[in-house]
Amino acid sequence: MAQVRLEHITKVFGDGAEAATAVDDVSLEIPDHEFMILLGPSGCGKSTLLRMVAGLEDPTEGDVFIDDVRVNDVEPKLRDVAMVFQSYALYPHKTVARNIEFPLKVRGIGKAERAAEAQRAAEVLGLGPYLGRKPGQLSGGQRQRVALARAIVRRPAVFLMDEPLSNLDAKLRGDTRAELVDLHRRLDSTFLYVTHDQVEAMTMGTRVAVINQGRLEQVGAPQEVYDRPASVFVAQFIGTPPMNIIPGGLLGDGSVRLGVRPEHLRLDTGDGATGAGGGRVQATVRQVEHLGHEVLVLAHGNGDDGLALTARLPPEPGLPGAGDVVEFAFADRHVHRFDAASGERLP
Amino acid sequence: MRADRPRGWRLVGRYTVLGVVAAVVLFPIYAVLLQALKSGPDALDHPSSLLPTHLTLDTITTAWTDGNLGRMMLNSMLVSLLVTAGVMLTSLLSAYAFAFLRFPGRGVLFVFFVATMLVPAEVTVVINRRTADSLGWLNSYQGLVVPALASTFGMLLVRQMFLTLPKELHEAASLDGVGHLRFLWEVAAPLSRPTLGALGLFTFLGTWNAYLWPSQVITDEAHKTIQIGLEDLKTPGDISRFNLITGGLVIAALPIFVMLVLFQRQLVRGLTAGAVKG
Amino acid sequence: MKRRLRDVPPALAMLVPSMALLAVWTVYPLVMAFINGTKSCDSTGRRCNDVGWQQFSNVWQSREFQHALGVSLKLAAMTVPAGLILGVGLAVLADKHLRGIGFFRTAFSSTVATSVAVASLVWFVLLQPEIGVLSDLFHEWIPSLKQPGLLRDPGTALPAVALSSVWAGLGFTFIVITAGLQGIPRDLYESAYVDGAGSWRRFTNVTLPMLSPSILFITVVLTTRALQTYAEVSLLTGGGPNPEKSTTTIPYLIYGRNSVIQNNLGLKSAAAVLLFVISLVFAIVQFRGFEKRVQYAR
Repeated sequence: MAQVRLEHITKVFGDGAEAATAVDDVSLEIPDHEFMILLGPSGCGKSTLLRMVAGLEDPTEGDVFIDDVRVNDVEPKLRDVAMVFQSYALYPHKTVARNIEFPLKVRGIGKAERAAEAQRAAEVLGLGPYLGRKPGQLSGGQRQRVALARAIVRRPAVFLMDEPLSNLDAKLRGDTRAELVDLHRRLDSTFLYVTHDQVEAMTMGTRVAVINQGRLEQVGAPQEVYDRPASVFVAQFIGTPPMNIIPGGLLGDGSVRLGVRPEHLRLDTGDGATGAGGGRVQATVRQVEHLGHEVLVLAHGNGDDGLALTARLPPEPGLPGAGDVVEFAFADRHVHRFDAASGERLP
Repeated sequence: MRADRPRGWRLVGRYTVLGVVAAVVLFPIYAVLLQALKSGPDALDHPSSLLPTHLTLDTITTAWTDGNLGRMMLNSMLVSLLVTAGVMLTSLLSAYAFAFLRFPGRGVLFVFFVATMLVPAEVTVVINRRTADSLGWLNSYQGLVVPALASTFGMLLVRQMFLTLPKELHEAASLDGVGHLRFLWEVAAPLSRPTLGALGLFTFLGTWNAYLWPSQVITDEAHKTIQIGLEDLKTPGDISRFNLITGGLVIAALPIFVMLVLFQRQLVRGLTAGAVKG
Repeated sequence: MKRRLRDVPPALAMLVPSMALLAVWTVYPLVMAFINGTKSCDSTGRRCNDVGWQQFSNVWQSREFQHALGVSLKLAAMTVPAGLILGVGLAVLADKHLRGIGFFRTAFSSTVATSVAVASLVWFVLLQPEIGVLSDLFHEWIPSLKQPGLLRDPGTALPAVALSSVWAGLGFTFIVITAGLQGIPRDLYESAYVDGAGSWRRFTNVTLPMLSPSILFITVVLTTRALQTYAEVSLLTGGGPNPEKSTTTIPYLIYGRNSVIQNNLGLKSAAAVLLFVISLVFAIVQFRGFEKRVQYAR
């Protein structure tokens, strides 16, 4: 059980003209028991951040604390962290049982005890029948569980996971998400989880840290990040389809940009039923996607500013077709305001 | 259908070509083998010497006893096994350092290793003979074994294999507290078995077949290896004993032939695993 | 400890055995060879006086060295192209999915099992003028097989050494090229096949370019080997026939039993260093020349 604290972490790869800043002055506190998600597009530096907590990379500047101990110069094995890799990093020539118990063997734990521990970890993850197999004989999902079991068996203070679900198919990913949340509850320890998948972030994390181009954009509970995105980047990165961003100039204030989520756009049928106090935008429908439980209307603005809009509507009669000119309306309470220059949220 | 699988007459043609070429390549071995399996006069009666008739092991047994080949074979076997084991050990260790460890000066040291590969034995033999002499290693097993224990070729081959292992394996191990030696023995080496097999085979072969260095450090009968000892069977003038040498040749080449037949595929596979990938 | 230095102790421990061995048995003698090359010693090797770097050019210009250099170069010119073409040919021939191909692969790699010494003695037996099989079988077409004997005729002795050498090296070349061939992704052939390329085009457009790293490696190895030919000469011809010394290569000039510089450490060292430099120049030129054309498969 531990808390992790990052203070002004910067990581620069290479030097001179080829220097590339992967992580840029990130400070983050992860309290005990938290399931913290590091979320961002690929190449944003989230994995580098995780690897610095693990001790696989050294920060160029800043400090990493685990339980208030500065661990910058502490070897990975002494940090009491376990890591699950995207590729699982299983030992291909060892059986599942040997893979799981290997960290215990290294610690000089007796044969009988480590067999029992491995057995227990395998049971937790439903790997009991596969203990004698080699990783090559397992499915992707089973391999992923072996990697988890190998982490669990050590009872580490902090679990680090680097996109552990990205090699699974969609259905399995959904199942495993729920299991990971369950596991987190049972193990009662600190999870630090890297992903580029906002669904994983929303469904699993107790808090989400959104990272873009090496910088921390926002930290907060998933719903909070969704409801009050701190920047245009966060607003558009979280939520599918992404939030519509409308130039403020359209509505009379050029210094702001307005954000409206697709589910908050309504078709203004001209009967005044949409209510007032918000705004309206005229657009031409480009495409209508019927998803069964809902309909996505993709449109582009009638100005020359390249405005693209997506609305999420119930599958009811009276929907427009491609080429129709429509008017979208939105209520004031659903409008997010961002600074036009910096992209930051305005209060 | 695979693009390169011929049928019908083309198939017959292909086997014919393969057969003829194999016959040409194998002819010297075949001729010498049959001569070795015949008594003196039969062996010299050409071309009937090429027919597998009147076979006898006399020539081979005579060569074995007259040439003191038993002792030489044992010497060669002992030296080759020791060198092979040693080279695999030093290659594993140095390859691990270059593939998995980060330390200042790694690049310079690597170049140093590779540069030594370019120094031919011809340059070093004279001085090494003197070094062996001053160590009292002339006519000794140490003299044959120790100088051959480091192999840059082996280091490169194993390093290349190590570099193809996923980086995460080493990272996962270091997080779990796996020490360097344990990772080497329990993970890296077992996963590099084909490469290690090829290295072992090549090293054994090279040591078994070494000629220049043994000919410089060994003069006494007790330590002679088979390669330098064979020459003693080449008795000029005495035609009646001429084919004794064929018996010696068969004995000298036999262990390597057996190894080759057994491990031919592993040899190619081991080389493919590491060497080809740039 | 800082990560930069954390790996230093284990790295040192792991590299020390190899480094010590290479230092004592390769670097030290190389340095000494350079130093000794500048000295002139008596036969005991105790009393030496300094001749200076001049000695290298003296050796280089000497009639004996120039002659041996010529022999070594001729030998290389004979063995390298022949060995390369035969080795690639055999490997391509055997790189097929046929029943029983394993037998042919073993046959073609079999000469790897014959050491240079064994191979040389095999050919010594086969070419023996009075009683060798080849001499008896073919002397009607090639009279010199009998009179005076291929290895005793100044005109044919070197080609005979080359023949033995090429044959002995064939197995190794075959194995390396076969490994190279198996590293070529099959889909390259299949896409060339689909594009309508015939077998010759597939060979020149897919096989050869993809093999180029292996071919470069083999070329360098075969050249170095040819320049360093010693055992074949020692066992087949003893550097003769004399007085032409038609097969006295540089290594044989240095180490041969009746070498003219047998007991002169300074001259031997100087000649050895020159041999090293020549090998090095060849290797560098070959690497440079190939560099642009070599395709490294990933």
